[in-house]
Amino acid sequence: MGLDIRLPLGLLFVVTGGMMAVYGLFTHGSAIYEKSLGIDINLVWGLVLSVFGLTMLLLAYLDRRRAAKAPPVNPASKVPPVTRPRGH
Amino acid sequence: MHTASALAVGLKTNLTAIDWLIMLVYFAFVLGVGFLLKRHMRTSTDFFLAGRALPAWVCGLAFISANLGAQEVIGMGASGAKYGIATSQFYWIGAIPAMVFVGLFMMPFYYGSKARSVPEYLKLRYDEKTRAWNAGSFAIMTVFSSGISMYAMAKLIQVLHIFDGVFIHFGLPLSWIFHFSIFLSAVIVLGYISLGGLTSAIYNEVLQFFLIVAGFMPLVWIGLKNVGGWHGIQRALGPGYTHSWRGMAHASTNPLGTEWYALVFGLGFVLSFGYWCTDFLVIQSAMAAESHLAARRVPLIASIPKMFFPFLVILPGLIAISVPTVTQHMMAQVQTTPALGVARGAATASMTSDASSVPVGRGLIPVKIDPITGRVLTNDKGKPLLDYDLATPNMLLHFFPTGMLGLGLTALLASFMSGMAGNVTAFNTVWTYDIYQSYIHKNGTDQHYLWMGRMATIGGVALSIGAAYFVTSFNNIMDALQLVFSFVNAPLLATFLLGMFWKRTTGHGAFWGLLSGTCAAALHTGLTLPADVSGVGIHGGWIAVLHVYPSTMAQTFWTAIWAFAVCFVMTVGLSLMTKPREEKDLVGLVYSLTPKPAEGHLLWYQRPASLAILVLAMVVVLNLVFL
Repeated sequence: MGLDIRLPLGLLFVVTGGMMAVYGLFTHGSAIYEKSLGIDINLVWGLVLSVFGLTMLLLAYLDRRRAAKAPPVNPASKVPPVTRPRGH
Repeated sequence: MHTASALAVGLKTNLTAIDWLIMLVYFAFVLGVGFLLKRHMRTSTDFFLAGRALPAWVCGLAFISANLGAQEVIGMGASGAKYGIATSQFYWIGAIPAMVFVGLFMMPFYYGSKARSVPEYLKLRYDEKTRAWNAGSFAIMTVFSSGISMYAMAKLIQVLHIFDGVFIHFGLPLSWIFHFSIFLSAVIVLGYISLGGLTSAIYNEVLQFFLIVAGFMPLVWIGLKNVGGWHGIQRALGPGYTHSWRGMAHASTNPLGTEWYALVFGLGFVLSFGYWCTDFLVIQSAMAAESHLAARRVPLIASIPKMFFPFLVILPGLIAISVPTVTQHMMAQVQTTPALGVARGAATASMTSDASSVPVGRGLIPVKIDPITGRVLTNDKGKPLLDYDLATPNMLLHFFPTGMLGLGLTALLASFMSGMAGNVTAFNTVWTYDIYQSYIHKNGTDQHYLWMGRMATIGGVALSIGAAYFVTSFNNIMDALQLVFSFVNAPLLATFLLGMFWKRTTGHGAFWGLLSGTCAAALHTGLTLPADVSGVGIHGGWIAVLHVYPSTMAQTFWTAIWAFAVCFVMTVGLSLMTKPREEKDLVGLVYSLTPKPAEGHLLWYQRPASLAILVLAMVVVLNLVFL
């Protein structure tokens, strides 16, 4: 179906995680982290989410490159062949 | 089951710009995915079945997300607080075996028969009337379920005061928040489904799956750290809360109030198989898979994250009652740092003014307050009732600082919406294929049905809004509806099992078996009463009280068992009396007449059966760990 889900998924997590990490950086040591037992959860978790997002983008990119290298299978057909090299 | 209807007092919410930004980014992505997919929606198959072109892992995550609405997230947290880790039975006994079964044995018929929906399978296997009954009742149920989801979300937004600051800022009356929340969720769901159909719904369910994990993992991490880990919970709550099988020999010695055989047969077999194996809401995502093999893998892949979900959604409930008790007076005090100006107005004042008279809740769980009189609700013995539905939301508010809180709330809102979306896509498919194309307009062009699908999406969302207000205006209507749904669903499993595995079953047998199963469920509920409700009423005993069950859960399990048994016996009996269909018409629809899928070319670990064995072994280990 045209759009690889890992692209929007990866992008969403990179953007959200990035925002949280930057916010965490600026508020590091602030009193707001008393709630989370002194852990700067925005920074820590923002980084974790960004890494996850980047991994998804990387996987989508690698798959697309592999698909581009492989000879196109039946390009005129609207129904994709069953053995497409996509997903898992 | 669990709803936000009785939510009365929540912790105060102080959202800042970063929280709003996170929510906005999510909603921009949700609609963006819809727009990107719009150009791929050329045929009705693209729209209703996602072109049957999605990889198994995508469908698998959607398969569990469709079920993981916020009612589930909040309800499981509530049950965790109420019953302890025994709640995980709803996952380990009440979901995994059924998911394995549907993947191994039933998916070949759903996917292989080329049916486009579950009711359509019934038409192919049995006859028109069985399909009509199933399609009609299913369509009504999806509309009400999505309406209930909408209502619960609007209620939660109100109780957590999420939009209060914004409304005060723009000088709007706070009483509009409920209507605004309903309208907003309707517009967003309508937007992305009418643009991208089932693909859009499935993609958004995948986003939501990861958001829930991302939003709840830190909650469990920080929560566990706060209470001293699993051992801290064991110390605080005792063994009754931290063992899933203890005391299951008798109904009176375990928190669920039911014996092990009612649990295994009622929940683990009838209810769970009935839901996971026959409900088009979840099956639709497996039917969108790219191949026969992928479709069989979908529920198996889904069952792996599913078995670990108790740690994400039930554990917060246990943590919520393990932390030192916060009084409601303090709960309001905890959050006094001003963020959105004068956001906390009347509600805080009314909560704190009589704080001295408010009884203490347990942990983070407040007592239940009557929304009209403002009094604390008590049981027959005068003990205050606890508002368990607030366990998970209060955990978010208690442990998350601004920023992370935005992500947690986004996850919660996302799960409400994808719960709604799953219902809407199931509705538009069943409406268009099983009702409109079958009985109203038979020979339309494909483009016409694609158009109808978009119209049905608008209609489904409009009806959901109607259902949400219907639920709002009638007290207890939600309980009544869910009871009726359970009567209709309870016998379904017998019909599908007999249809798929006994070629002698006939359409007449199936139809009348289903009806008598539904009647049996209603009759059983009308003749019995659970001990934990206050007298004869909607929960049972409205005909006569012949038997009293120790808990509502026990009554539910036994209702399901009776409905299944009656449907099974009636279907078999009537089938033997009526003329069977010719065997050549049943190829691809019945197990014994369908060639087994060729798996010879697959390596052992690629076969669905190997995956199934792995999944079952993992569940056994989990049960042993928490025995």
